[in-house]
Amino acid sequence: MNARAEILDRIRSALRDAPAVPDVPRAYRRASELGEQELIELLTDRLLDYKANVFVEGAAEVPQRLAALLEGAGRYAVPHGLAASMFAEADARDGGSGRRVTDAPGRRLSVGELDGVDAVVTGSAVAVAETGTIILDAGPDQGRRVISLVPDRHICLVRAGDITAILPDALRRLDATRPQTWISGPSATSDIELERVEGVHGPRTLDVVIVRG
Amino acid sequence: MSGTFLGMPSLPVFGIGNLHEHEPFPKAAHRELGNTQLRANLGHATRTIRDKRLAVVSELPDWEELREAGRAIKESVMARLPELLVQFEANFTARGGVIHWARDAGEANAIVASLIRGQGADEVVKVKSMATQEIGLNEYLEAEGIAAFETDLAELIVQLDHDKPSHILVPAIHKNRSQVRDIFLREMEGVDPDLTNEPARLAAAARAHLRRKFLSAKVAVSGANFALADSGTLAVVESEGNGRMCLTLPETLITVMGVEKLLPAWEDLEVFMQLLPRSSTGERMNPYTSLWTGVTPDDGPQNVHLVLLDNGRSAALADEMGRSALHCIRCSACMNVCPVYERTGGHAYGSTYPGPIGAILSPLLTGITAEENSSLPYASSLCGACYDACPVKINIPDILVHLRGEDVDSKRGKNRRKMALPSQMDLGMKAASWALSSGKNLGLVEKALPLGRLAAGPDKKITRLPGIAAGWTQSRDIPAPPGQSFRQWWDKEHQAPAAPADATDSGRAATAEPGTEEKP
Repeated sequence: MNARAEILDRIRSALRDAPAVPDVPRAYRRASELGEQELIELLTDRLLDYKANVFVEGAAEVPQRLAALLEGAGRYAVPHGLAASMFAEADARDGGSGRRVTDAPGRRLSVGELDGVDAVVTGSAVAVAETGTIILDAGPDQGRRVISLVPDRHICLVRAGDITAILPDALRRLDATRPQTWISGPSATSDIELERVEGVHGPRTLDVVIVRG
Repeated sequence: MSGTFLGMPSLPVFGIGNLHEHEPFPKAAHRELGNTQLRANLGHATRTIRDKRLAVVSELPDWEELREAGRAIKESVMARLPELLVQFEANFTARGGVIHWARDAGEANAIVASLIRGQGADEVVKVKSMATQEIGLNEYLEAEGIAAFETDLAELIVQLDHDKPSHILVPAIHKNRSQVRDIFLREMEGVDPDLTNEPARLAAAARAHLRRKFLSAKVAVSGANFALADSGTLAVVESEGNGRMCLTLPETLITVMGVEKLLPAWEDLEVFMQLLPRSSTGERMNPYTSLWTGVTPDDGPQNVHLVLLDNGRSAALADEMGRSALHCIRCSACMNVCPVYERTGGHAYGSTYPGPIGAILSPLLTGITAEENSSLPYASSLCGACYDACPVKINIPDILVHLRGEDVDSKRGKNRRKMALPSQMDLGMKAASWALSSGKNLGLVEKALPLGRLAAGPDKKITRLPGIAAGWTQSRDIPAPPGQSFRQWWDKEHQAPAAPADATDSGRAATAEPGTEEKP
């Protein structure tokens, strides 16, 4: 008998008492009603607790905020689906888009190129205020998983409308089969004496720009 | 596919690998307790994590409802396991993943090694995984000429120190910051000689050490925290980003996962991703979680494998009383609250799985008679703190008692075959059953109390009992029995003429049920 058949056979044999399949009581909170302002405040509080930097801006102010955040950085990476208008102010200050490298289908950035940039700017799919979690699902404004991983600084845009209160709310908006990265603060470890330290292998700086309206 | 088993019931096939206690637990514990540095490190670390866990758990108004849902989901997974495995396999395979089945540790190791060789690689980067620790993958690969680099900070510390993990979440919990610095200075090539013991500096040293490895790795090996049957999705929960590196950068990804890790559906993840981070690192959410479903064209590894491991899990599942040990999501909350683990540390348990969950899981996976695993169910005071902390409500104390029974039964069987004589335990239990079956019998036994006082001698301590009872006095004295039993005292007290009620008497009367109050 091959391994698959044998293991399935062992398991069926182990269950010969035919244990009942219990109903799952889902009495935990599955939805929450918080207004936009409360959601923004809660998410901000949680992200600050993780030592992320948080900025709340109106849509019109985002290009200025990005220009300010990118000031002093060298080259930065962006996914092809992020609107170029976001970088209008940065380009104006630079006198062109020379610092920006775009990861696009057919023109993929190599790991070496990504290791050479100072920052990456991406969008996000959904966020969870209660846990301070931002979820990326590789949509066009977020790009491949690798681009938000290798650069040492991640600047992440979160639309206020994408913020949910609790995790069950967020998961209903996602497709399990898309590659996902859930991000709750910059990379960290608790491996030495169980004290949390920020900054290991993932981006050591996480800047979150929450965009209203 | 029907879940009903129609064939001949087969005997349980137990697991092999790093699942064994090699000497009786009391002996190992005694040695570890002599290490005062270890006790100080563990005391500090477990106290820190206990406080953090309590703070984030008390924040959630529905913690108990989440635990109850988690318990029920896992119970339903076990009841439907064959069907869910087949469903998961179909979904994962449909999206370009390749599934391999491994009956035991040896088979799993061989599969992984041949997959690595198939890529022409002689080194791999690894994400922390209990399953690969359990099957001894690193040792196997080393013998095959393949270098496996652990990338989790604590695993890296343990690997550089040629030591063994002592905790399932923080394998280097037994090392403090100064010890970690010394290990790095001694073992890490090109490390800054001025490295301090500041955790942030130590983490930065690990980042620099592994960066090149990550960026050039061709093959990664990982475990998985969850697998979703209805979509074929795998999940890895981590903190440092080493997981993301391994799961995203190499061309080939090989995941090793126990068959019990399945969840039926996407919506079940909302329960476990609330339970796990708060129970393990005491955080509202861990920094990074990665999910992937087979192969995503143009994003991440294009050659994706999963080894589904039995290695004794089907045997544990066959134990109706013990099967819920397979509900474990490896959060480590039980060891962080365990008074025994806090003092002995993880090495005393021998197995990859230490602490309360290890004390039941190891003997369930290997069978109670394997090596010294029968001593593990006794590594507990049955205080129940582990049950209270467990996010999926595994009743660890009940299973410990059940396995103690298995141990006694297995020894009884042996004696019967050998010389058809009842064991000391049998005789003792028989005597106890007679003595406790009626007040008269107990009264007779109590007449022997003065004999105990005699045995205790002038220092009023019994320091050595004979036979199997010697185990009790190995680590404690028994105080001399009182001159009279409670029942003897009661009889005497209540034959005396009615005395005016003193404070204790009135207290007793106040709590007595009406009509049951004793006669004056």
